[in-house]
Amino acid sequence: MSVRTWIESWPAYRQLTTADRTGRGPAAKSAATARLTPRIATADQVVKSVCPYCAVGCGQNVYVSNDRVTQIEGDPDSPVSRGRLCPKGSASLQLTTGDARLHRVLYRSPGGTRWESLDLETAMDMIADRVIEARRQGWQWDVDGVRTRRTLGFASLGGATLDNEENYLIKKLFTALGAIQVENQARI
Amino acid sequence: MAECHPVGFQWVMEAKARGAKIVHIDPRFTRTSALADLHVPLRAGTDIAFLGGIVHYVLSQEKYFREYVLNYTNAATILTQDYADTEDLDGVFAGLDTEHRVYDYRAWQYEGMEVQAASGERDLAYDDRPGDAGASVRQAARGEAHGSGGADVGTGTPRRDETLTHPRCVFQVLKHHFARYTPELVEQVCGVPADVFGRVCELLTENSGRDRTSALVYSVGWTQHTVGVQYVRTASILQTLLGNIGRPGGGILALRGHASIQGSTDIPTLFDLLPGYIPMPHAHSSEDLESFVQAESVRSGFWANMRAYTVSLLKAWWGEAATAETDFCFDYLPRLTGSHSTYETVLAQLAGDCKGYFLLGENPAVGSANGRMQRLAMANLDWLVVRDFSLIESATWWLDGPEIESGELRTEDIRTEVFFMPAAAHTEKSGSFTNTQRMLQWHHTAVEPAGDARSELWFTYHLGRKIREKLGRGPGSADEMNRPVLDLTWDYPTSGRTAEPDSEAVLAEINGWDADGKPLSAYTQLAGDGSTACGCWIYCGCYADGVNQAARRKPGREQSWVAPEWGWAWPANRRVLYNRASADPDGKPWSERKALIWWDQDTGSWTGHDIPDFVPDRAPSYRPPDDATGVDAISGIDPFIMQADGKAWLFAPAGLTDGPLPTHYEPQDSPFRNLLYGQQRNPVRQVTVFRNKHNRLQPSGDEPGSDVFPYVTTTYRLTEHHTAGGMSRFLPYLSELQPEFFCEVSPQLAAERGLEHLGWATIVSARAAIEARVLVTERIRPLTVQGRTLHQVGLPYHWGSNGCTTGDSANDLTALSLDPNVHIQEVKAFACDIRPGRRPRGPARLELVRQYQARAGITDQTGMGL
Repeated sequence: MSVRTWIESWPAYRQLTTADRTGRGPAAKSAATARLTPRIATADQVVKSVCPYCAVGCGQNVYVSNDRVTQIEGDPDSPVSRGRLCPKGSASLQLTTGDARLHRVLYRSPGGTRWESLDLETAMDMIADRVIEARRQGWQWDVDGVRTRRTLGFASLGGATLDNEENYLIKKLFTALGAIQVENQARI
Repeated sequence: MAECHPVGFQWVMEAKARGAKIVHIDPRFTRTSALADLHVPLRAGTDIAFLGGIVHYVLSQEKYFREYVLNYTNAATILTQDYADTEDLDGVFAGLDTEHRVYDYRAWQYEGMEVQAASGERDLAYDDRPGDAGASVRQAARGEAHGSGGADVGTGTPRRDETLTHPRCVFQVLKHHFARYTPELVEQVCGVPADVFGRVCELLTENSGRDRTSALVYSVGWTQHTVGVQYVRTASILQTLLGNIGRPGGGILALRGHASIQGSTDIPTLFDLLPGYIPMPHAHSSEDLESFVQAESVRSGFWANMRAYTVSLLKAWWGEAATAETDFCFDYLPRLTGSHSTYETVLAQLAGDCKGYFLLGENPAVGSANGRMQRLAMANLDWLVVRDFSLIESATWWLDGPEIESGELRTEDIRTEVFFMPAAAHTEKSGSFTNTQRMLQWHHTAVEPAGDARSELWFTYHLGRKIREKLGRGPGSADEMNRPVLDLTWDYPTSGRTAEPDSEAVLAEINGWDADGKPLSAYTQLAGDGSTACGCWIYCGCYADGVNQAARRKPGREQSWVAPEWGWAWPANRRVLYNRASADPDGKPWSERKALIWWDQDTGSWTGHDIPDFVPDRAPSYRPPDDATGVDAISGIDPFIMQADGKAWLFAPAGLTDGPLPTHYEPQDSPFRNLLYGQQRNPVRQVTVFRNKHNRLQPSGDEPGSDVFPYVTTTYRLTEHHTAGGMSRFLPYLSELQPEFFCEVSPQLAAERGLEHLGWATIVSARAAIEARVLVTERIRPLTVQGRTLHQVGLPYHWGSNGCTTGDSANDLTALSLDPNVHIQEVKAFACDIRPGRRPRGPARLELVRQYQARAGITDQTGMGL
């Protein structure tokens, strides 16, 4: 490093010789800072997404490195949101990658006082058996002599945070099973 | 809006920067009020009186848009002689059956004609209401009469009086109906001073007409009432009178609170609807597809093609099994016998009829009305499946819920099996959300979900696959009960480590295809003969040409202000519904400033900035012959193409269960009597079915004991939290921003009740007692209502016992008393008491509530009257 470069690297020197007289801009920048790049700059992939909270539908860019989501930011291309996100939307990274999320199935047996672990495949089989059983127990071919072809044995609630495709399959399957108590936050 | 839809609010601020005036009407002063030109606090639960007052102003001061009203609404239509108004009957309409608490809507018809509602409750009254079946059918809406072989949909044209002076024309009936909604009355009922109210009237009417439009924006503050639907009806009457519908800058904009809550109404997981607002069939003797279609379709407009929509849906679901010979498997659909909403489901769980429950991204222990009843019902289940990110309160009530703490329930005694299934996040699956503007936007998979986390698409598909395998083995395969599920089309391609179903294949089915399997591009291609399949007719076109239209992302700055190439809006990518009304009867824009679409004489078609919401080549001069049906019956000046008469309904002759016009009723629990009528509450609100020891109601108005609950409470959300908290209270960032449950009270109320800022308060209703930190703030102002000071208490409803920030649930206070049209609960206005200090612990908490009930003289009859 030449002496000149060395001197020019002093913030005080730059503060005196450049327009940044208060030393709150480029004059204060160190070489280390200058080398920094945002984590989004090196992402392997930018995946287009939509904020999962309210129904404004703000555009999100999801940044992925090494098969991990590293950052979620507003999508400036969106004519809805023009790149902005609110406090909740800005917390999407913590929502999706934070410690609060559980990744294992939990099971509580009848009368049980604690959670137990359960294999996903086993849980799916147990749930399928219970649906079949409750469906049959609550089955009504008719009510007051009029055909109903339905079950009151099980019910479902949810879906406003889910995708259209998911709601479509839920309604399709449960209706085919004869369930009518299929409900959604949209009622509430 | 700035609180709960902050990024959408940027457009309000853009408008303000260009000169728009912003009026915020809300009991609280919020971040929206801070940026508005005028904040108008009012008593929660009185918006029909407020909006009705504006309607009165518009009519009495002749501020309506006469040409628009005359041509595009039913103002000129003459009503049947049977009609009698709430003004004539002290707060009820003609046709009320006081014993069964239902209206016979036929007393509200157009003269010489019966008109059926285009959507909503077309199958009105055959349900679980008491009375013999014949009475049910007589009380039923048009659809019911047809399903039972009644008269055809009215023929001929309704009688009109273009001078709007006939005493029974809708215009005059409207004038009469709202005649007493004066500024003085608004002041007495709403607590809004007459001069402030007058300013709102002036601002709105000055900014409406040929050259200017105004928009009304609302959320659940308008809907969560026993008269919720009529709140929005009042807004539609007002906006229609002012010519603010179907035009740029106008409209009534519902700001919905979940990413795809609009989508989950369009493609419903709702008990009363099939995809595309096709009603779920009700049980009738010998009902088949034809009688269903006859009963549910209307003679003119696009709902006349109901058969095509229904058959295409049945083809999408049951494929090759759905043929003309099998009546397209119409019999495979389960039938309703009344309301089976989520709140009746709670009763069915308490009764032991409903044994299993799926919660799919939903937290009713916190988010639904009467949280205690929700939890007690779950404690009576055989099994519960909770699919969510974290252990929400609806997953852990058996371990640490409020009823365990109070000793009402003991963990060891609860027989409910609980499965917690971790859900995939939006970044871990592909699919579409439909936002509050009816726009579908696709989100793409960024990474696969870790561990056992899976999408609902995965869960539903594989659950269905397993059930089909189990039922298809052995004797069950021949069981008639199992045919609908075994014949179901259920062969979606899967991929990846988790065998995730292909969501685009599901979207393609929703969009539909023709007999050759080619994707359809518009719902006008749908046929009723089984040659097309379509999972949701209003979404037809979202996968046109085999291209995922919802995934389109042409940057906003590279297209027009309508931005038609970003996502895809139903129907047919139209961004403003009923936009034919943006042009005058001759097809010219009302003004250049407000041009949206117009008639191009040279090409003989409609054109403009948006996709016309009209028959593309229907000339403004076209008048249908008397015998025309369906789309042919839409006149060149009928912008409201989904309505049977093509007109906006100032007066709704059918389709609503609680009256053709909005009327001010007091909330279920109110410290005030109804100043307008002897009728205190909505006479047909859904309440008697919820008579239950856990759902005690309160005395109102002048009834003895009403003074035990002297304050009005309203619940709401905060910017930093999301609904019942499942997606916010478990996040450190958001929990730091709003770290504790609080109640907002005015300094005057704090003084009256000895409440200390940052101290504790206990809030009590007939259902529960909860505690909250006290926020003494001038954001809540005392109002003068009926000559006395009213204090209101504000409660955010996000909290529960789990997560990074915990607190009592506001919804433990709320009751089950529902709007009769849509079965939504009244949680935006109810009466309470507030006292200093923390609530009692253990059984003493219940004892406090019992003391209040005793002091107020509450029995199982209280609040149940007509």
